[in-house]
Amino acid sequence: MIGNLDPKVPSGSLDRKWTSQKDHGRLVSPNNRRTFEIIVVGSGLAGGSAAATLGELGYRVKCFCFQDSPRRAHSIAAQGGINAAKNYQNDGDSVYRLFYDTIKGGDFRSREANVYRLAEASVNIIDQCVAQGVPFAREYSGYLANRSFGGAQVSRTFYARGQTGQQLLLGCYSALCRQIAGGTVQMFPQTEMLDLVLVDGHAKGIVTRNLRTGRIDAHAADAVVLATGGYGNVFYLSTNARGCNVTATYRAYKKGALFANPCFTQIHPTCIPHSGDYQSKLTLMSESLRNDGRVWVPKRKEDCTKPPNEIPEKDRDYYLERKYPSYGNLAPRDIASRAAKEVCDEGRGVGPSGRGVYLDFADAIKRLGDETIRERYGNLFEVYEKITGEDAYKVPMRIYPAVHYTMGGLWVDYNLMSNVPGLFVIGEANFSDHGANRLGASALMQGLADGYFVLPYTLPNYLAVQMGKRSATDRTEFKEAETSVRAKIDKLLRVNGNRSLDSIHRELGTLLWDKCGMARNKTGLEEALGKIPELRERFWREVRVPGDGEDFNQSLERAGRVADFLEFAELMCIDALTRDESCGAHFREEHQTPEGEALRDDDNFAAVFAWEFQGNGQIAPPRLHREPLHFENVHLTQRSYK
Amino acid sequence: MNFKLKIWRQRDRQSPGQLVDYDAKDIPAQASLLEMLDIVNERLLLAGEQPIAFDSDCREGICGTCSLTVNGEAHGPDHPGAACELYMRKFRDGDRIVIEPFRVKSFPIVKDLIVDRSALDRIVQAGGFISARAGSAPEANSIPVPKHDADVAMEAAACIGCGACAAACPNASAMLFTAAKVSHLALLPQGEPERTKRVVGMVRAMDAEGFGNCTNTYECEAVCPAEISASFIAKLNREYSRASLKRSAGE
Repeated sequence: MIGNLDPKVPSGSLDRKWTSQKDHGRLVSPNNRRTFEIIVVGSGLAGGSAAATLGELGYRVKCFCFQDSPRRAHSIAAQGGINAAKNYQNDGDSVYRLFYDTIKGGDFRSREANVYRLAEASVNIIDQCVAQGVPFAREYSGYLANRSFGGAQVSRTFYARGQTGQQLLLGCYSALCRQIAGGTVQMFPQTEMLDLVLVDGHAKGIVTRNLRTGRIDAHAADAVVLATGGYGNVFYLSTNARGCNVTATYRAYKKGALFANPCFTQIHPTCIPHSGDYQSKLTLMSESLRNDGRVWVPKRKEDCTKPPNEIPEKDRDYYLERKYPSYGNLAPRDIASRAAKEVCDEGRGVGPSGRGVYLDFADAIKRLGDETIRERYGNLFEVYEKITGEDAYKVPMRIYPAVHYTMGGLWVDYNLMSNVPGLFVIGEANFSDHGANRLGASALMQGLADGYFVLPYTLPNYLAVQMGKRSATDRTEFKEAETSVRAKIDKLLRVNGNRSLDSIHRELGTLLWDKCGMARNKTGLEEALGKIPELRERFWREVRVPGDGEDFNQSLERAGRVADFLEFAELMCIDALTRDESCGAHFREEHQTPEGEALRDDDNFAAVFAWEFQGNGQIAPPRLHREPLHFENVHLTQRSYK
Repeated sequence: MNFKLKIWRQRDRQSPGQLVDYDAKDIPAQASLLEMLDIVNERLLLAGEQPIAFDSDCREGICGTCSLTVNGEAHGPDHPGAACELYMRKFRDGDRIVIEPFRVKSFPIVKDLIVDRSALDRIVQAGGFISARAGSAPEANSIPVPKHDADVAMEAAACIGCGACAAACPNASAMLFTAAKVSHLALLPQGEPERTKRVVGMVRAMDAEGFGNCTNTYECEAVCPAEISASFIAKLNREYSRASLKRSAGE
């Protein structure tokens, strides 16, 4: 373990820090902006909003995404909503409360100043999105409507049916389209970043592969912004889209960027249960359903195979309401997920696999009527029906936790710049705002805050002293990176073994789910750390990647991503083993309260763990850097939702 | 379950393509159509053959990436829903299933079942936005929007941009796609200032991409996974006429 990291948080009181940063940060004048080229990798809420906003400001932006259109980034799949401290409900909300709920929800493992800034920006996001034409739900008065979400006692979540992510992304995509048409943003769809290029220690470019033609290119810029999302697919099965991957952030890590808190992965409590090996992904049922649905399992094991409607009220255990009376079904995600695992471990799970709990709308339908429930959640009920063939208006949904979001990510300072100068990381790809557990409806908030309202202020502070330092792509650093990308592709194609990618990836996922999932312990993590290198070795001996690198080759794309997951998984387990405490979603079985809640160790672990890659292409144990977390405005407490 | 598949294989845009027969045996009834293709691909791979290229990403019907024509219908027989939401239990054991890409002149084939839909992006770039600079937005509740208008705008905005409307249309028209965006923004007060310019720009771009015109066959509405109503096409026509009149009147 070596020296502490400096997060460069401005001095002053919490509510003055961001203002002071904006007041004193360096600027780039309008005429000079067009001389700067910025690379933005990713076109979701964070990348799309950043690219559009930087383009609007006059920078020359190159935006890359692996999808065939920027509109298909995975932000599109977010359902429930976006938080903002507007206090339109007059129910006691404020910037401070949103900040406090987010810090507490994250189990006191995030940076105060970042979270406060996020809460401040939240109100501007809603204004911006409404101005763009995002059709948020409204009341009959014509004013904006709100709903409640987990981990909060106020209604501050704005939503557009169950498709909030889609509408926010389309808003940001339309802003991006306007810049593309205006020539300030050049879009590179179906293009994947495969390496980061450093020149004199600064991030000055990337190497990409055009997925359609197989062409490898180098791109130079004055700064590189990664907005490449999370790494939940390391588990193979998750609610992430199939293409989501760790490659961009992992390859930046291998070039020196620190990876922070990789073991903080969110397991979402309300997903459709896993049903077989053929399954390619898990489907989320929005947390908003917990506003009206009640979670229960039978009190007795014997009742688990009975049809739910035949189990009388007195034989049901509404375990969230029982254990957490003040938050009830709206307990935060990590807590609700663990509670589901616990009742299933006791043998009281329902459904064919025994890994499921009921989410029951019967009471809400009785109280509000079919129509209201249909209006609120109709599309979610339809999705459920499509996948399971069951009608949730008549029988309770069956749900089970699934990997959903990753709080960990590349380490960034207050300015969202990584330890590599010129490399900025925004949205889910960074680690900064959600601590050890993200609250519902906060991911959309963070992605858009970073892209619309933070990066446009902090990026110029770096650029202002970088005039004329952009290098050409014929420099050796670019050539070397291209050569190593080509070599890696050739190596994948040369293995020519007899196993499919999916079968290896599935094996990795099962191992991680068992040993580094909802609950972890020392023995299990050590076992995983023994098995991952073996699996990786087998991958490089046994995998079969057909075709060649010179054209459209989906197997090759995925092989590169799985190869990175096989290395990254080890980092996750090392982090989980080193963090010898429980906090938020990181539940070490050795550390729990008598009631089975996460037991933090603030004396030793109130810190960000940021890992530095070691070794020359080979994998050696990473080096740990710590960023101590200072809490000057909130009091560290045992998180209670009782 | 067992199926007899006929799948379109085409090396690249220039090469000729053809339907190839595959047997899909022992497929779980709970698998989706795309998961069946995953299983078939895994078997092809281990047999030393080239897997079938097809597009997908979210696999829950929202990203609009998947673009298959199944037994002659865009996204297959289980409407409304994208191909990724089509489950094998909807078929009968032993069924013959023909899988082709979306067939639209403006969506050239990239490989096998994958088409290039960048034409749709270019239509949006021609005006499908509200020019709201980050930082300039007024307080969100300063302009009330009647709930009905907001709800109808949302119905149009729900378009997932898959292009099934054009694939189903005998004229390969992208009118439903364009109408959805034009209507969504025209229904909101925030969209008013650019209303005229937007519809003219988008319709011109649509024509320039080579999409056909609407002759009211309603095939688009029938296959739309987001259930966008064809009545928005009438709205598009009204918006376009309004814009043309305004322009000819010199406004």
